[in-house]
Amino acid sequence: MIEREVKIINDAGLHTRPAATIVKLAAKFKSDLQITKDGMTINGKSIIGVMTLAAEKGSTIYLSFDGEDEEEAAKTILDYFHRGFDEL
Amino acid sequence: MNKSENIFRGIAAAPGITIAKAYIYSKKVEKVQDDPIEDVDEALSNLDEALEKSKKELQKVFSLAVDKLGENRAAIFEAQIMILDDPVLIDTIRTRIRDEKKLPEYIVDDEISKYQRLMDEAEETYMKERSHDIADIKNRIIRNLKKKKWQSRIQNDVVVISDYLTPADTVLFSRVNVRGYVTNFGGLTSHAAIVARSLNIPAIVGLHEATSKIVNDDIIIIDGFHGMVIINPSESQIEYYKDKIEQLRLYDEDLAKLKNKPAVTNDGRAILLQANLDLTEEIALVIQNGAKGIGLVRTEQLFQEYDVFPEEDVQYVIYKDISEKVYPEKIIIRTLDVGGDKVLPVDVKEPNPFLGWRGIRFLLDNMELFKTQIRAILRASEHKNLKMMIPMVCSIKEVRRFKEIVAECKAELEAQNYKFDNDIDLGIMIEVPSAAVMAREYAEEVDFISIGTNDLIQYLLAVDRGNEIVSDLYQEFHPSVVRTIGHIIKEAKVAGNCVVSLCGEMAADTLAVPLLVGLGLDSLSVSASAIPTIKKIIRNLNFKETEELAKRCLGYRTEKEIKNELVKFFDEKLNFSVHKIF
Repeated sequence: MIEREVKIINDAGLHTRPAATIVKLAAKFKSDLQITKDGMTINGKSIIGVMTLAAEKGSTIYLSFDGEDEEEAAKTILDYFHRGFDEL
Repeated sequence: MNKSENIFRGIAAAPGITIAKAYIYSKKVEKVQDDPIEDVDEALSNLDEALEKSKKELQKVFSLAVDKLGENRAAIFEAQIMILDDPVLIDTIRTRIRDEKKLPEYIVDDEISKYQRLMDEAEETYMKERSHDIADIKNRIIRNLKKKKWQSRIQNDVVVISDYLTPADTVLFSRVNVRGYVTNFGGLTSHAAIVARSLNIPAIVGLHEATSKIVNDDIIIIDGFHGMVIINPSESQIEYYKDKIEQLRLYDEDLAKLKNKPAVTNDGRAILLQANLDLTEEIALVIQNGAKGIGLVRTEQLFQEYDVFPEEDVQYVIYKDISEKVYPEKIIIRTLDVGGDKVLPVDVKEPNPFLGWRGIRFLLDNMELFKTQIRAILRASEHKNLKMMIPMVCSIKEVRRFKEIVAECKAELEAQNYKFDNDIDLGIMIEVPSAAVMAREYAEEVDFISIGTNDLIQYLLAVDRGNEIVSDLYQEFHPSVVRTIGHIIKEAKVAGNCVVSLCGEMAADTLAVPLLVGLGLDSLSVSASAIPTIKKIIRNLNFKETEELAKRCLGYRTEKEIKNELVKFFDEKLNFSVHKIF
């Protein structure tokens, strides 16, 4: 299992478009993705779950990847967060 | 019971008399019941069907939204589509249906509402909006689950009683043998009224108390000539109306004899009398009533029926079918006219849709959709009896662009070895005052023009035909309306070979026919059911007399003077009418 903490760095925050992209990226991997924010944990492969996360610029969320391809999954998805959802 | 106690009055929207049982069609958001179910497999397959249907609807919305709203705003539709496949959500819903044995709509509502509550609790304001988006998708799924149920619940041979009816409802009901419509709201030109007229089904609209006075299975008499509804009639009332129904039958039989006779005045002026077509189901009536072709095929219904705008091949089959059934008579197909009060395939809320994104404006912004339709019409034009017309034209530029696009489509089809009518006639609707003003120049650009009075009148008089507060200001015989129609015809004739027709509801108003003929129209296009009556009127007219009538009407300053003149003309020259039966 890989656990990481990431900050939201783009101005618009985790809005609908990046939420959809995260779910699409997560769906490519066999590993599970859990996203935790403010004590609430949701399944990263569930779009409706990800949409319940209110994550504005500057907020911190926790990602946990678990499964046979967890390293690759973590790399891909963390990279997307670090790129500010391609909105920088 | 006192005879008058069970009689209620509304607006007579479509003529005819019917005696049948009432069916209350409630559009209120029913509370989703947690009723138990017996057949879990059926419930699960209904769920699948509703999800699939919702997905199809949203995919169309999404592709249009990307074009028009940009990717960021369109993302919400993409997310909504993904929700329909959300492994966590959908699995939970399925498991709960299996375990709890409750209606799918209850489980869908309950499960998605949980997420909504989380969003509503958040402090960030945008989360509230996101909650609305989630509500949208929830309601869409529930609606599609219920649509199926409604369809199975509607019985044959009933009078439908409702608050109001959308075009989609009317299409739905036309599939079963509905005998009449009664609605609380709506006016003469509401689409439900138009469809009812074209299907020859009596309808009363604007009967404010319909849904509160009538209960399921009440016996109802609809008198579509006088806008009267009788609830649970007495023996003598039933007797009276049965007698009228018989007289009407005889009258119709008499009219039917005119089927193969031409619509020509007694001094030899021939009028091309055509039918309007909303639903392909009406073609039989068009032929039966002896229409000389179709002056207006409204293609909006295609969209209503299929929920998404159908592919080129699907449209081709439909147009080809119309072409062959009506051959050798001619058919004018109007390209999609969405917007205004017509359903837009995109969930865009406009503050003023009648002045917004509709008709040709919408088509030119959705080139793929527009070209798909043009190509389908061209491919179906092999028998050379199709013509093509665009709605809501406001500038010459739009007409020229349309002609360019048709040329492009022809070139594409040619390269693909399709056969089509290379000389297909192109025309426009004149329904915006600016187009009326420049009728001559438009007539020089196209092969034919068709005056759409429903919109023309409401734009000219600045009256929303659907707004009951001002609907009495919507006047067909307003002097400005009569003069504008006269102006269009006169100017178009100056241009030469341009055929001028009129396809609004006004053409089917018996009182208007002598005036319209006198103003010099070449063609009238009316509901198929109105053809025999209008033909009988035309055959009893003298063209010279109608020209003089028109000249007098063009001189008046008030609606009342014009109406009086027309009534007088009718009483003197046309002493027969269906109203004589009463």
